[in-house]
Amino acid sequence: MLKYVSKRLAYTVLILFLLTIVVYLIFGLLPADPAKISCGVHCNAIQVAGNRHRLGLDIPLWDQWWHFIQGIFVGRNYGEGAAAFHCPAPALGYSFPNNECVTTVIAHAFPYTLSLAIGAFILWFTTGIGLGVLAARFRGTWIDKVTTAFVLIGGSMPTFILGLLIYISAFMLHWIDPIAQGVWVSPWTDPVGFIKNFIFAWISLALAFSAIYTRLTRSNVIETSSEDFIRTARAKGVTPRRILFKHNLRTSLAPLITNAGLDFGGLLGGAIITENIFQLPGLGEVSLKAVLQDFDLPLIVGTTLFAATFIILFNLIVDVAYAYLDPRVRIK
Amino acid sequence: MKPFLEVKDLSVAFTTEDGKVQATDSVTFSLNLGETLAIVGESGSGKSVSSMAIMGLHNRHRTDISGEIYLNLDSGAVEINSAEEEVIRKLRGNQMAMIFQDPMSSLHPYYTINNQISEAWLLHNKGDKKAARARTLEMLDLVGIPDPHKRIDEYPHQFSGGMRQRVMIAMALVNNPKLLIADEPTTALDVTVQAEILSLIKDMQKEFNTAVLLITHDMGVVAAVADRINVMYAGRLVEQGPIDDVFYHPAHPYTVGLLGSIPRVDEFHGGRLKAIQGQPPSLINLPTGCAFRERCEFASHVPGNLCATTRPESTEKGANRQSRCHLSIADIERISAERSAK
Repeated sequence: MLKYVSKRLAYTVLILFLLTIVVYLIFGLLPADPAKISCGVHCNAIQVAGNRHRLGLDIPLWDQWWHFIQGIFVGRNYGEGAAAFHCPAPALGYSFPNNECVTTVIAHAFPYTLSLAIGAFILWFTTGIGLGVLAARFRGTWIDKVTTAFVLIGGSMPTFILGLLIYISAFMLHWIDPIAQGVWVSPWTDPVGFIKNFIFAWISLALAFSAIYTRLTRSNVIETSSEDFIRTARAKGVTPRRILFKHNLRTSLAPLITNAGLDFGGLLGGAIITENIFQLPGLGEVSLKAVLQDFDLPLIVGTTLFAATFIILFNLIVDVAYAYLDPRVRIK
Repeated sequence: MKPFLEVKDLSVAFTTEDGKVQATDSVTFSLNLGETLAIVGESGSGKSVSSMAIMGLHNRHRTDISGEIYLNLDSGAVEINSAEEEVIRKLRGNQMAMIFQDPMSSLHPYYTINNQISEAWLLHNKGDKKAARARTLEMLDLVGIPDPHKRIDEYPHQFSGGMRQRVMIAMALVNNPKLLIADEPTTALDVTVQAEILSLIKDMQKEFNTAVLLITHDMGVVAAVADRINVMYAGRLVEQGPIDDVFYHPAHPYTVGLLGSIPRVDEFHGGRLKAIQGQPPSLINLPTGCAFRERCEFASHVPGNLCATTRPESTEKGANRQSRCHLSIADIERISAERSAK
């Protein structure tokens, strides 16, 4: 197992390495000129050239990439003279529009994204599985019909509409304060303020996911209940409750672990729409601004790598968790 | 002494979109401790439905069950169709147990053998996991699993098909049930393993004086282990009797057909195996008269139009023998002899 995990971790590093090349290539092929954009409308050719040098874009793309890779291990220096700045390892570059190291920008944004992801995950995972089990258990009754309606509405409504509806409703009811919204409140010192900050974003993000998980749980539980080993359990006199929780759910929930890991891992890279609606300056907001407004290459590369790391990492976690749950896929 | 299991007029029907499916109709039989009764018939003849009804495993809301099923226990008789679900649950795995056709899918893939057999013991006994493990080990040894100390902590996928069926038998017998229902226990296994499993069931029966209800479509299996045979067709018992009598003097044309379709080494003449013509009828709206008449080679010998108009009732055809046919055993033997003479 340990050998397998270390092998997979080595692959992760390789994939991330290749990913940096891809991101640099895409950036190099784009027609826009970041030196011009960040310089402003009234810059002349000389000023743009100076700006290009300052941004480190006057050297070949290959060298830019190589400096980036070096920076991860040894840190990097930017600017000259009084404006000189040092980003310590692991440096992912310097974001000129923010006047900060990329790692610092990410470190500031990540708590929002992490809090959003964890809270939403707990909400959607518990309600999704709970409702799914209920619907399967009371299949065909009004409970099943109500959850099916919920799944249809929650699953088919786009996040930007659902999020906006929730935001506007909460605003009208004075449950949300647009001025305080987005100011970081530590969950350790002020848990109530922290929850107030995030609760509506959690609900809006969780609704869509929880609909999917309800549907998956319901169909898995129903499918498993017609398995031969469930009939065996009934034939040996196991109670209905124990059949559901011990014999059925373990089999039904194993495939959901895959979804959960990948969804959660994906969210750690930033939830662009939800963060935007609820004014949470997380990684999604940072990436959005870097791409649309600033054309900030170092920040784009940084957030992309950061998000990719989580996706790959959670793929690995899912595989390990699955092996733990299902003895048939255990690695010898 | 009353038989351990008494089934009286058992009828099971399912309501489907196409109509009411009468899976079994007025099934009546009994089974003593230490005795093996085989129920034989084609797929869909109602064999498994009957056995599931005895175990009380049908969903009462979705199944229409009538008739009575008595288990005559030491503590008194229990009627399965009217008993509380919780009462039946406590009998399942304890007084009556079941093994199934496919040992590959009948064991839970995520739990160890110890976990699954121990669970069956712990459900019906007072004792801790340690005692359950000791009992499991004893059972694994009894059913002939080699190296049980090592294999007890393995998972089902680490066992072969025959070994898994042994595990299923160990699990079914862990509480010394009085009734063992074996639903096609050898169908999914290799031929060589089939014989081993059958002799294991036989040995276990001798050891515990169990009543065994063997569901099968394999006449060879019946000949090897059964004392008595019930032949089922289209949800009804068409013939009942001791094994030798039924094999040598069948009292129903369907039994004649089943016996004629067995490949035999000693009578091979290079010809084709005889199959019963046609298909079993749909169980939705069975036609009037005999359900087998469309496929029956003897129907033309029945006077009048009796087979088409009158459904034959179960009648005595000798000592301990019943069949649902308008012809007598003597008629059937005479007609068979005339046919083979031609």
